[in-house]
Amino acid sequence: MKACLTIVSVTLLLAAPVFAQATKAKAQNVPEIPYESVPNFLKLPPGLYLGESMGVATNSKGHIFVFTRSANTRLFEFDQNGKYVRELGEGNYGFEFAHSVRVDPSDNIWAVDEGTNMVIKFNPEGRIVMVLGHRPDAVAGAVAQSPPPNVPAEKYILGRPTDVAWDAQGNIFVSDGYINHRVVKYDKNGRFLKQIGSEKPGSEPNQFNTPHGIAVDAQGNVYVADRANHRMQVFDNNLGPKAIYDNIGDSWTVCISPGPHQYLFTSNSNPNGNAPGSWDITGEIYKMELDGTILGRFGHASKEFGGFQVVHMMDCRNPNEIIVAEIESWRVQKLLLKPQAAKVSSAK
Amino acid sequence: MRHKLLFATALISGISAIAQTVPEMPFDSADTLKFPANIHLGEAAGVATNSKGDVFVYTRTGHPTISIGTARPFAHGGSRLLQFDKTGKFVREIGQDSYGFLVAQQVRIDPQDNIWVVDQMSSMVIKFDPNGQIQLLLGRKSESERLPTAAPGRGAGAAEGPPGGRGGRGGLPGAGAPQDVFQRPTDVAWDAAGNIYVADGFGNSRIAKFDKTGKFVKSWGSRGSENGQFNIAHGIVVDAQGNVYVADSGNKRIQVFDRDGTFKTQFLNVGSPAAICITPGAHQYLYSSNSNPPEDIDANGEIYKMELDGRIVGKFGKAGKLPKEFGSVNAIDCRSENDLYVGELGNWRVQKLTLHPK
Repeated sequence: MKACLTIVSVTLLLAAPVFAQATKAKAQNVPEIPYESVPNFLKLPPGLYLGESMGVATNSKGHIFVFTRSANTRLFEFDQNGKYVRELGEGNYGFEFAHSVRVDPSDNIWAVDEGTNMVIKFNPEGRIVMVLGHRPDAVAGAVAQSPPPNVPAEKYILGRPTDVAWDAQGNIFVSDGYINHRVVKYDKNGRFLKQIGSEKPGSEPNQFNTPHGIAVDAQGNVYVADRANHRMQVFDNNLGPKAIYDNIGDSWTVCISPGPHQYLFTSNSNPNGNAPGSWDITGEIYKMELDGTILGRFGHASKEFGGFQVVHMMDCRNPNEIIVAEIESWRVQKLLLKPQAAKVSSAK
Repeated sequence: MRHKLLFATALISGISAIAQTVPEMPFDSADTLKFPANIHLGEAAGVATNSKGDVFVYTRTGHPTISIGTARPFAHGGSRLLQFDKTGKFVREIGQDSYGFLVAQQVRIDPQDNIWVVDQMSSMVIKFDPNGQIQLLLGRKSESERLPTAAPGRGAGAAEGPPGGRGGRGGLPGAGAPQDVFQRPTDVAWDAAGNIYVADGFGNSRIAKFDKTGKFVKSWGSRGSENGQFNIAHGIVVDAQGNVYVADSGNKRIQVFDRDGTFKTQFLNVGSPAAICITPGAHQYLYSSNSNPPEDIDANGEIYKMELDGRIVGKFGKAGKLPKEFGSVNAIDCRSENDLYVGELGNWRVQKLTLHPK
């Protein structure tokens, strides 16, 4: 029990921005992919602001969904040119502290909220059609953060979930999260099938320490950003272990591009708080083959336009047009990559 | 050296003596800001003008609310940033529904008319361009707030981990962490090169310096009363030469540093400076408010006008609730040497003052 408590405390420290660690990626001599950031990409109407930009995703029409922490957590839709379209789910029961948004192949919009512990599925019209998880009961009053040890993970209760993905059959995979440290597989109707990991963090294979992002490839393999373990874990469709990629720093978020040749993107985001030296060893995004081969990297930590301030999520529907949401700059940038011009920089 | 010290002592005591016979400066006050019917000014923590004379007010219009039925206690809202034109007509609100607007502390306008907001509870410094778009953020709001106890039956009394996003671990008390993590910051200023200086503040006791891109450069100070230490660094301004003036309110002094944080001198004759302002132009002056505490209007309240070397030119005003009286002045705008705006916490108002120098 004591050991468990210690682990939990360590987890709390890692989750707290000021103590977040920066991990230098082991990968060396990675080609630098040049890119430019599109100026004034998202055009917000007067009086509308993004807060911490936690989630970003596009649908099949190229519309962009941004899940943001303003004074209240809000979900906005923009068209492919960045023009504001509408707000979704305004004031709904599940919006409290944004974490992720993803769009499935049928253009349903899925929002993951780590404040209400909910995964909320909106249909393309913006109506809620399914929810996963259960919001803590308000009648319990104002409750401080749940003290450790964590209660055993339940099938249908999520503990600060972080992300969601689907396979070709529509099975749902949830990375869960900051309190639990597991990946849950549900069928397309939201019925529990299986989990890997548990309520306890761990660093062995098949254990997680803050599974922070998730993506599924066309074959149904599951890629999990195992952030505080400084790695990505890959599983087959039944959540059996396949591979571990541990040369990419802290995997904050993953994205897999569609199409016949899929690419994998992961961000070694600079940690919250901008501790001294952290910008020198973090901030870059890796472009990889699904087998873990690193093709290139791009981006760096900075508060300036074109640089990154804690990338929290990426959209890679077009692998050469990456849309990134950043926590600490309250913005979304569209990056145009020029992979053909990638070069190994002597400085790196 | 000894001679120099003696001289300095003489100078300081001399200034203190002069403070007893400071000339009163006559002035008038006007209530110029016109509010839409559905907007009420709360505590007027910050007030500042831009180059066109537009007036920006950062105000506490409501307390932040904490949501229940959540994984952690989250804080929402509480402050608003309002813009008026030079005649006092309401122009617009900026930063509506902002994640960082919890407890207003200060607003300042830089030479390019960018609007900088300092929020004491989100511990953030937020830079808006003149169009009201966010350009730069320093610090990060704590993801959640601490509640004293857990609910019964849920392991009551178990301590939460350290609140996220707050500095100060290790090092001297109040020295903070060498990064842009603030603890109840109070004010922001810039030098001619665009370097950013943040007074940090109530929780920490330091000045943090960033380059114009927001990259951390250095910080100095810790909690205490020695030279270079602070007991609530409550305000900060930088003069045209890059000297940094810090309203060290708990120590009842203004400390002056060079741009690298090297202590130069201190002014001990202006009470407890809560708000500080420096005029632009060839001959710069300081204004500093010996603000009354919110719970007492029978003491202090006067504002001093000073030369940059600390000599007092005059003073005006006193604590109170009437026009021309002040209720815990928290902000002074002095873009025009004789036309000031003061923001008051105690009286929920902004007064426009016109000084009548003899």
